[in-house]
Amino acid sequence: MRTPPEPVHIVKSRREAALTWLTSGVPYVQFLGIQFDRRGDELTALLPFDDKLIGNPMLPALHGGATAAFLEVTAIIELAWTTLWEDMEAGRANMDVLPPMPKTINFTVDFLRTGLPRDAYARARVNRSGRRYASVHVEAWQDNRSRPFAMASAHFLMPPPPGTPAE
Amino acid sequence: MPEIPEQARLRMKALPHSVALGMELTEMGDGKATISMNYDTRFIGDPATGVLHGGAISALMDTASGASVLCHPAAINAISTATLDLRIDYMRPATPGQRITARAECYHVTRSVAFIRVTATDADESRPVATGTGTFTVERPDR
Repeated sequence: MRTPPEPVHIVKSRREAALTWLTSGVPYVQFLGIQFDRRGDELTALLPFDDKLIGNPMLPALHGGATAAFLEVTAIIELAWTTLWEDMEAGRANMDVLPPMPKTINFTVDFLRTGLPRDAYARARVNRSGRRYASVHVEAWQDNRSRPFAMASAHFLMPPPPGTPAE
Repeated sequence: MPEIPEQARLRMKALPHSVALGMELTEMGDGKATISMNYDTRFIGDPATGVLHGGAISALMDTASGASVLCHPAAINAISTATLDLRIDYMRPATPGQRITARAECYHVTRSVAFIRVTATDADESRPVATGTGTFTVERPDR
């Protein structure tokens, strides 16, 4: 006999709990005020405007470092989220302790236009996710999705899966 | 290293994001700038280890790089600068609890573009935490 599909509220609450667990425990994500909007497995990062993100008070413009940090946070969370997804959906994820985060190997950011003093959004795409290395691309925009103001490519070292002896 | 003009120090204090991260300009002149920041638990990226988030170190390296552009002799009349691109390689995690220092050098300036390299270290200065290279705009009053 076919098993009936899971009730929608169960599916939603499981995914929301996993996302909150992943993002709320990282102090720097909280410091910058970054939030995540989820539609199915697709994440959109949101950086609400705050005065402390300003780098050039004359223009004014967002600090390049704040923008770079926003892109890096988005890339890492997307990578951790896609890694977690299968175990989470199967109910195998142990959410008592935070998972070890992927480590940034390198990060290349291109600034395309001035970051305006308003909210910014970003989405990341995992181009390759292997056992040890992953490659992620991330774009940030403000008013128009088709006019990104910054984008970045990054490589990450993946944490060993749980239960693996340390090298 | 020439002494830091008071103006440069004040300029740094006028950058809200640099102030929020607790950045301190310690050396600036002749295309070289050094900026450091204290370890702060609010900037942790990996709660399991207490290691700082790469983004906080990127912000420090970006700021030091911009400062090195503005004090290069060939960019002395520049009004401002902005990052075009920045590539950072992370060699190792910064040791939790230690102050991070970024030393940037602007090694070439054209009419519109400045080229920089930058290194970040913690207390063990013999083993860099991260290195980077980048290009910055040079915005001059005459164009």
